[in-house]
Amino acid sequence: MFYREAGEFRTSYAEDSQTFPIRFDRWRYYAVLLVAFAVIPFIINDYWVNAVFLPFLIYAIAAIGLNILTGYCGQVSLGTGGFMAVGAYACYKLMTAFPDVNIFFHVLGGGIVTAAVGVLFGLPSLRIKGFYLAVATLAAQFFLVWLFNRVPWFYNNSASGQISAPERTLAGVPITGPNTEAWATYLFCLVFVTLTAVLARNLTRGSVGRKWMAIRDMDIAAEIIGVNPLRAKLSAFAVSSFFIGISGALFFAVYLGAVEVGEAFGINKSFLVLFMVIIGGLGSIFGSFAGAAFLVLLPVLLKNILVGQLGWATDLAAHLEFVIVGLMILIFLIAEPHGLAQLWRLTKEKLRLWPFPH
Amino acid sequence: MSAQPESYVTPDGRTIGGVMMEMKNITLRFGGVVAIKDISFDIREGEIRAIIGPNGAGKSSMLNIISGFYVPQEGEVWFNGARRAPLRPYEVAGQGIARTFQNIALFEGMSVLDNIMTGRLTHMKSGLFSQALWYGKAAREEHENREVVEKIIDFLEIQNIRKTPVGRLPYGLKKRVELGRALAAEPKLLLLDEPMAGMNVEEKEDMSRFILDVNDEYGTTIALIEHDMGVVMDLSDRVVVMDYGKKIGDGPPEEVRTSQAVIDAYLGVSHD
Repeated sequence: MFYREAGEFRTSYAEDSQTFPIRFDRWRYYAVLLVAFAVIPFIINDYWVNAVFLPFLIYAIAAIGLNILTGYCGQVSLGTGGFMAVGAYACYKLMTAFPDVNIFFHVLGGGIVTAAVGVLFGLPSLRIKGFYLAVATLAAQFFLVWLFNRVPWFYNNSASGQISAPERTLAGVPITGPNTEAWATYLFCLVFVTLTAVLARNLTRGSVGRKWMAIRDMDIAAEIIGVNPLRAKLSAFAVSSFFIGISGALFFAVYLGAVEVGEAFGINKSFLVLFMVIIGGLGSIFGSFAGAAFLVLLPVLLKNILVGQLGWATDLAAHLEFVIVGLMILIFLIAEPHGLAQLWRLTKEKLRLWPFPH
Repeated sequence: MSAQPESYVTPDGRTIGGVMMEMKNITLRFGGVVAIKDISFDIREGEIRAIIGPNGAGKSSMLNIISGFYVPQEGEVWFNGARRAPLRPYEVAGQGIARTFQNIALFEGMSVLDNIMTGRLTHMKSGLFSQALWYGKAAREEHENREVVEKIIDFLEIQNIRKTPVGRLPYGLKKRVELGRALAAEPKLLLLDEPMAGMNVEEKEDMSRFILDVNDEYGTTIALIEHDMGVVMDLSDRVVVMDYGKKIGDGPPEEVRTSQAVIDAYLGVSHD
């Protein structure tokens, strides 16, 4: 009814290639941004920011990062947890080494270091593909966690072997440390999410993204049209790791505050982000958000219903939660193997003709 | 060999220039199997050159040598008057050689438009950072190349399926899109591996028309492999005939057609 292409005439290639070509879509996008930036910060409290918003935003960044590598470039990776750890530890080292520098640049620096490490571990992708590459990235996961556990330099020789974020402020407002406020950490992460999504979208709609997708869909044909597979794959690893590194830095510095590497960035994390990407939809930025929302919100929702509404015991609810989430993932993947993004696309196609589909 | 670089004009008024690509004494072996044995031929600028032969003759291997997938054990490849060192396929693409495949090799997950846009990659130079920010150069380059691609879409008459994912298209259209992707590179030399395989008469006529138009309007040199003799005889200026990895004929279609060796290869006499 209102979601229409009819009557909208695009007269330049710039208009045709924009991210939201349909006017309604565009307004919806602006509305979401407005609410996220101008409304939520005023009504947010500690429970919402810690249980819902921070994990959602941070995992969304990680999912976008992995989606670039796996969804767009077709290189399966199980090293996400390890790369997040690199981002976290790089951010920690930068925070403690340069205490006067803005925290924004620490997080960015964490991303850049992770990009370099990602390229290094991406090198095997030139020789191995598919499942075998996944196993090779598993090596990165275990090696990196081991490294951060064993080499005291990385955790500044602290007795506990943990790293904990010292207080850092941005324009006088604490972003990390014990005295943060909900709206500040939320906004800080939101800025990174917005930047990540815009950058990722720009990269994937231009020639770089086409190179990645060409490698994904048929690497021989990609080579014949002039794609250098080495550079395409490594650039995907670099960009993907950059985003994952940022999410790791935020996860440590802003969300958790203190981190024990094996627990926070273990293999579970790698799988969790991979599931987000698969459930959300491979090769879709929106899908990354949807997948992150699904896997972050569903457990919270279930817990609220089971414990809060039905009054079950917490431990029973916690166990049942796993069963239900697992079951829903299964049902969901059988019903729509291409993820939430595909579901969204189908809805939009239906909406275009609604209410007169003939 | 007759490699004098003088040009001549065909009966239908096209100008054929000097030698663009020359294969000299190419031998290709896979382990003990000799796929191509001591073959020499040349491709002249502006001509349509056909390579024919029975199954397993080594035609596709020859195309794969030109496009860089195989490196021959013996022999030399000369392109634009210089000997070509062994190159990777993407480097060959950078020299202005594009190709299509016998079994369509399109990017199924991408739209028709994006597929053809990938053909422009050798012309797009903006870097990772300017694209990430999508300012100035990256956006401008994208739209300039889009214009070239839209012309090709017009030329191939596939405007209506521009945004359709390639995976959903029928076979004949896929072949056309693949031709479009190769054309988008604005190649000097276009290699077509069985562009009409599995098509009906009408689709073959369309495809023939596109091939002739490409050659005529853009002046693109074309080397093609094809099994449909009618098509080969009608389209090509000169024909190379291969059989069991050896060259058994080379010349204008009417000459090749009457050659005894060629007739034997196709009708089948006992090989010693």
